[in-house]
Amino acid sequence: MSGESHEGVHRHPAPTGFIRKYIFSLDHKVIGIQYIILALAAVLVGMTMSLLMRLKLSWPDHQWSLLGALFKAGAPNGVMNPEFYLSLVTMHGTIMVFFVLTTAPQGGFGNYFLPIQIGAEDMAFPTLNMMSFWVTFVGFVVILAAIFFSGAESTVGPIGGWTGYAPLSALGAIAGPGQGMGMNLWIISIAIFCVGSLLGALNFITTLLNMRTKGMTLMRMPLTCWAWFTTAVLALLSFPVLLGGGILLLLDRLAGTSFFIPGGLYVSGILSGTNPNFPLHTGGSPILWQHLFWFFGHPEVYIAILPGMGATSHILATFARKPVFGYRAMVFAIFAIGLLGFFVWGHHMFISGMSPYSAIAFSVLTLSIGVPSAVKTFNWIGTLWGGRIRFTTAMLFAIGFVSLFVSGGITGLILGQSSLDLAMHDTYIVPAHFHLVMGVASIFGMFAAIYFWFPKMFGRYLDERIGKLHFWVTFVGVYCIFIPMHVMGLVGMPRRYSQFTEYGFLDKLHPLVLFVSISAIITITVQLLFYFNLVWSLFKGAKAPDNAWEATTLEWSTSTPPPHDNFAGVLPTVYHGPYEFAVPGAPNDFVMQTDAEVEVSSNGHNGQH
Amino acid sequence: MGRVLAVIIWIITALSVLLFVSKKWWFPAAISEHGPALDRQFLITILVVGIAFAAAQIGLGWMVWKYRDTGKAGDRGTYTHGSNRLEVLWTVITAVVFITLGIMGQSVWAQLRLHDAPAGAYSVEVVAQQFAWNFHYPGKDNVFGHTDPKLIDDSSLNFIGLDPGDPNAKDDSVTAALVVPVNHPVELRLRSKDVIHSFWVPPLRFKQDLVPGMEIKVHFTLTKVGKYELACAELCGQQHYKMKSYMLVLPDEELNTLRVLSQEQFQTRLGELLAKYPTVID
Repeated sequence: MSGESHEGVHRHPAPTGFIRKYIFSLDHKVIGIQYIILALAAVLVGMTMSLLMRLKLSWPDHQWSLLGALFKAGAPNGVMNPEFYLSLVTMHGTIMVFFVLTTAPQGGFGNYFLPIQIGAEDMAFPTLNMMSFWVTFVGFVVILAAIFFSGAESTVGPIGGWTGYAPLSALGAIAGPGQGMGMNLWIISIAIFCVGSLLGALNFITTLLNMRTKGMTLMRMPLTCWAWFTTAVLALLSFPVLLGGGILLLLDRLAGTSFFIPGGLYVSGILSGTNPNFPLHTGGSPILWQHLFWFFGHPEVYIAILPGMGATSHILATFARKPVFGYRAMVFAIFAIGLLGFFVWGHHMFISGMSPYSAIAFSVLTLSIGVPSAVKTFNWIGTLWGGRIRFTTAMLFAIGFVSLFVSGGITGLILGQSSLDLAMHDTYIVPAHFHLVMGVASIFGMFAAIYFWFPKMFGRYLDERIGKLHFWVTFVGVYCIFIPMHVMGLVGMPRRYSQFTEYGFLDKLHPLVLFVSISAIITITVQLLFYFNLVWSLFKGAKAPDNAWEATTLEWSTSTPPPHDNFAGVLPTVYHGPYEFAVPGAPNDFVMQTDAEVEVSSNGHNGQH
Repeated sequence: MGRVLAVIIWIITALSVLLFVSKKWWFPAAISEHGPALDRQFLITILVVGIAFAAAQIGLGWMVWKYRDTGKAGDRGTYTHGSNRLEVLWTVITAVVFITLGIMGQSVWAQLRLHDAPAGAYSVEVVAQQFAWNFHYPGKDNVFGHTDPKLIDDSSLNFIGLDPGDPNAKDDSVTAALVVPVNHPVELRLRSKDVIHSFWVPPLRFKQDLVPGMEIKVHFTLTKVGKYELACAELCGQQHYKMKSYMLVLPDEELNTLRVLSQEQFQTRLGELLAKYPTVID
């Protein structure tokens, strides 16, 4: 693909005014940074919520005077009530999945680096790109509003978990605290988010297919680009389903339709149709919502983690000073994960009441998605094998990603089996599994990415001493938090309980619950170091040269930070694969993709040596 | 740095494995016929998972221990783009292991969920609501009385809308705790009045959602007499954390005398039995 076909289509002059430059910017780099800032704000909110949840679980009756002052309804006299806890569960999940794990990896780093890594001047549709960010931003404002505008009821927001199962979420205020205006806003926020993500996905796909520079064949793209591309395809196919589902759910709540509400319900002492607060509903299916939600929800898991996989491959090769092991297999594995990701949503629904026969199909397909995941792990370890590893903070987090991805992913072999799900479903082994693999592993991918790319984005390195301290505590901390949750699940501890005081069989787990809470408090506190590092290094960090890590891909061939059109008017030409490290006979241990002088015997993607 | 990281990865791996091997926190003893088979399947799976987990972490640790940058000029990594033979090898091996595991993992499920309850199973209708359980027994005639949501009347304690005009309903009982026979197939007909709930008794190794608008029939056979805690496992609202009841498993003869009692006598006798049996929590 040559760069000619798109000349002039997307080119726009560098803006001069503050607003066009930093606020309503068309520049994919500024938009990428905006997404990252949004995610940094959102993750602070989501993390604070997890801190409050741990406080409630370990000290259910303690009076936190500060909370009492802030949340008169949710924490009367400072004691968090059950509905407060449940709305924390809901908001924590929603904010983390949508506004952190979907925005930072794709909207943030993808936006900034995909065009540069393929040698383009910008995204294909800069205005659409700007819109996708600002739509997402509005979604974030609405979800925050859901906390504070919940009507007269005594909560801090909607209650439904991030999955918002109907009919609890569809009935309205009659179903109890957390089902009023806050729930409407929750649905609207997600619908807005869907629109923003769709706009973004269109842009990523078009840009990658049409705007690669001369010599940038598909198989010479960095694995990050493959991951962002596949993620965009997943988003394009899955977000519309959630958008549709969300609209139907809202109609059930506001317009009296019955998509998800069956007939004959008797809620809070009132029969459907006998009271203006509870209009007549008939014929809806609660399970339909679950199908729509999980048809989106499962691919969403891969939307969260694929970019982290891409960043990890990219960073492992760079600091192992070796080509990626099995580049082609890595690309196929990304595709296989993306494709299979659409055929396994039913494993969230084994015990939902859907056909037990379809459970069997979903179960076996689910186990098979472990195959491409294992292939990726083998290739990451293969990439390290025989390397000359430089232990930068970015590299530590990338290695941490591999470790956490294995630990979190492998329990999918347990949860994916319909038989074992009879015992495991909705117990703590489920949050243990998905927090490790889609939560923490993805976040480690993003930590690796920010330590790696910060010098390119801002011209200064993040401080390595703070960074390493941040890594060590976080790495050990997340294991201390999530490994014990597995055995809580074996004992049978149910999820989404605001306290564990009512059941004798849970009593013996109290020491573990406390251990997890203390680990969480320490790990969360240490994240402040990271925020400090970001701000401090922005002004005081060591200055970085154009190629800050002796790396090979196109972002390192342009100046730091990159100019408005990325390559100062001259699009680069690509001669090599993305990870030509340790090439025998080359003057340096790395050969940049633009380096026309050096002969590389392999074309960069071809099997064996 | 690499060696520190390797050692930390290995320590985390060892402690994680230890947490499982020690069985300090583990499943409660199984009380159902399918329980031992499910436990066996879990053991096989956790063995595969444990070996793969440990092998991957040990291997990862070994790479970061061994292959660090020496800083010597001209000392470069191994130049390789991979090995097709290895890719095929590990793809085939993992595919065979994982898919075999997946197929094995269907047997308990198929046995419980693909067949109806055997004839003569002891049937109980379970009607969940925010935040309580109702258990409806058919009484002497073994026929469930007709229910209708229009007839639900909390003030007269008719929580499930049992039709007093239906002759089949005359001998029915409705209680707040579940009582079932040991060594005799049990069929539950699961319904919900309002939102989704989930029937969960950990030692039973069984869970099923109760979905409004549906009647879901499930069955199992219990093997141990005793009183067990019954919890809701699907978020159903504010007091989800204490939507609690008990499942009382009785010898056949004791249950047979109970089931023919009138509603009031049933309630009283069940109260006595619940007080008599201690809760089994391990």
